[in-house]
Amino acid sequence: MALPSAFVFARYRFPGKSLLQAFSTVPFVLPTVVVATAFQALLGANGLVNELLMAWFDLSVPPVRLNHTIWFILLAHVFFNYTVVLRIVGGFWSRMQPSLTEAASMLGASPRQVFFRITLPLLRPAILTAGLLVFIFCFSSFGIILILGGPRFATLEVEIYRQAVYIFNLPMAAALSLIQIVFTFLLMWVYTTLQRKATTTLDPESVTHTQKRPVGWKERGFIGINGMIMILLLGFPLGALLIQSFLTEEGISLIFFKALFDNPVQSVFYVPPVKAVTYSVVFALVTLAFALVLGLLAALYLAGKKNRLSLLLDPIFMLPLSTSAVTLGFGFIIALDEPPLNLRTSLLLVPIAHTLVAFPFVVRSLLPALRSMPANLKEAASLLGAAPHKVFLMIDLPIIGRALLVGAVFAFTISLGEFGASVFVARPQTPTMPLAIYRFLSQPGAMNHGQAMAMSSLLMLVTAVGFLSLERFRIKQIGEF
Amino acid sequence: MKPSVFKRWLWVIFMVPAIAGFAADDEITLMSHDSFSASKEVIAQFEELNNVKLRFLKAGDAGSAVNQAILSKNNPMADVFFGVDNTFMSRALEAGIFEPYNSPLLADIYDHLKLDKKNRLLPVDYGDVCLNYDKKWFADKNIAPPGRLEDLIDPVYDSLTVVENPATSSPGLAFMFATIGRFGEDGYLTYWKKMRDSNVLVANGWEEAYWGHFSAASKGNRPIVVSYASSPPVEVLYAKTKLSDAPTAAVVSDQSCFRQVEFTGILKGTSKRKMAEKLVDFLLSKTFQEDIPLQMFVFPANRNANQPDLFVKYAKTAQRPVMLSSEKIAENREKWIEEWTDTVLR
Repeated sequence: MALPSAFVFARYRFPGKSLLQAFSTVPFVLPTVVVATAFQALLGANGLVNELLMAWFDLSVPPVRLNHTIWFILLAHVFFNYTVVLRIVGGFWSRMQPSLTEAASMLGASPRQVFFRITLPLLRPAILTAGLLVFIFCFSSFGIILILGGPRFATLEVEIYRQAVYIFNLPMAAALSLIQIVFTFLLMWVYTTLQRKATTTLDPESVTHTQKRPVGWKERGFIGINGMIMILLLGFPLGALLIQSFLTEEGISLIFFKALFDNPVQSVFYVPPVKAVTYSVVFALVTLAFALVLGLLAALYLAGKKNRLSLLLDPIFMLPLSTSAVTLGFGFIIALDEPPLNLRTSLLLVPIAHTLVAFPFVVRSLLPALRSMPANLKEAASLLGAAPHKVFLMIDLPIIGRALLVGAVFAFTISLGEFGASVFVARPQTPTMPLAIYRFLSQPGAMNHGQAMAMSSLLMLVTAVGFLSLERFRIKQIGEF
Repeated sequence: MKPSVFKRWLWVIFMVPAIAGFAADDEITLMSHDSFSASKEVIAQFEELNNVKLRFLKAGDAGSAVNQAILSKNNPMADVFFGVDNTFMSRALEAGIFEPYNSPLLADIYDHLKLDKKNRLLPVDYGDVCLNYDKKWFADKNIAPPGRLEDLIDPVYDSLTVVENPATSSPGLAFMFATIGRFGEDGYLTYWKKMRDSNVLVANGWEEAYWGHFSAASKGNRPIVVSYASSPPVEVLYAKTKLSDAPTAAVVSDQSCFRQVEFTGILKGTSKRKMAEKLVDFLLSKTFQEDIPLQMFVFPANRNANQPDLFVKYAKTAQRPVMLSSEKIAENREKWIEEWTDTVLR
């Protein structure tokens, strides 16, 4: 579903583009409970869509009955992972030379043929990567399934939690985690082997050359329809959330946002919204730094050498993604309990845990770009007398700049939205925003629900602002090619 | 990266945890689950009185927190633990992570809550898990609200109830225990079979059940939910506009609620036994106990503690709740959950 958008974002410049792009990132960070209530408010039995349809067509039973069906889960997964495909494939696509496709059309190929014969094969590494990330993410993320799917769709992840927490059968939980890890490893191994064969080098092209303004009604229409789909798919659930954070019986009001600043029962653990935002952003920035440095080193190594070790390391780097939060949380407690690495109560544990989750995303966003880089560019630079670090700064960095940015956005947003591992490692007086949201949701009372929605809206805002400033940063620092 | 910057980072990476690792002498750490809370004022009072800094460590839900305390027993992360409940009690005691402490304040604690005779775990609070219903819904429809567990299988209440999955939710588990106490180990599955026939909805967690399906709190269409006896006063406390009456009510008739008791204990291996004793005494004291209801929405275990007006007015406790021994729970928990899942979900 996201592929057409990737095309639009890769090939065209139009007003509001970066805003739309920022907004497609937002779902990725939202806590699952919050999204679930948004979907419920929209598509549930008493939701907005059903109420409208029932009023229009005079129906007595709600026509849309998605609750606890596989379709509900699918829809939610698309909602969450849209941005993954969009970012990875779009980033790669925007770097692709139009000359190849132009040549093909000149030789008489129809647009269809051009797409299937030229564009698609060239895009394959990026599409595969995105598909894989989404698959692994769905495979391991249990929140959505648990909430929207109801108890009938239990997954491995739920079972791990149950074994570890309720039954305290750690050997069993560990065994299940191993199964999960081995499965991911095999999948990754097949994928990396495939990908190595599929990689083609491409001459990188500047975005200024590959992107153009839409011309003619056909192109404009295409972009328009695309925007509509995005709004339908992503905008409505988000809108439902926003509305819930403003709407009271008396109409639009800011009481929930105001309430965020009050501490009616004077709890020690009350955290003003500004602070929660600050903690989240600081953790996210530290995560971004950690994940980018580690991810870049790892990706450079993987892209450079082709030996058995890198063949083995590649899938291993993906493992944190499929490791469940409980495993991580308990693992930290067991592994980091002795000096000099007694980090169990350190604040640093939060960004470390987040980095672990974000790291595979950074590696995966960088690899296609690094692999498709023609070696002769670097060789030419060396021949012309550039020192290795200069080659890296002047050639590698600008070319992978876009991919690096994609990685940075992932690291930042993953850290903002991470919940599962944060529960175990965050300290009560420095909660991140998702933790604050859950705190509100764990108590009854309309005010708590409203505040959770208000906090979610804030999280959406912070994500979008963070995204936009990262985009800006790129243009200043790395510049266009 | 410039060398100087790099060095600075190295310093941060290694020194920060090192500093954090050596706790100062005048500091004491309380480990708990996520739901722990207290007033600033009350905590400050303890700190001033004993000239100590109280640090908090929260470690996930009740089950996860207990497990983490057990996993770290060779090098405990805290001095005192709060939040072991009677469903996880035997696990904690078997693991031997607590030191006995005969607090003088135990004299003020209700006797029926003292479940550990050796006083390794001392009761701090209790709460009842029971059915809540949407008062307005039943008034509008002119249907009598449910009064007992048996009512739910009456055709009148078909498709009205949402419960939590005992495999993934602690109120869900507690409610299953309530049905076991009420109908016995032989009868409870028959009850759940009938519940399934009357279209009970199973949600995975309290949040989803309450915010997703309960008609009084959301766009949901289920007017009966499994929640706490203290939920109605909290609805009033956190209402959007001042309410003269709670929008929901709890069913607290005999043998329809499960009583959860939460305990505190001194973690074995603490180097600050004296201060830990003071902290435990403080948790049982009238000051802290009177702070409990509005912070954690459960009832104080100290019989001298006065309850806030809100609780006096809107909260009900069960006169005869279900209580199961923690040994029996430990022994059968897995089997019961398995049977329940087979009966209700598969």
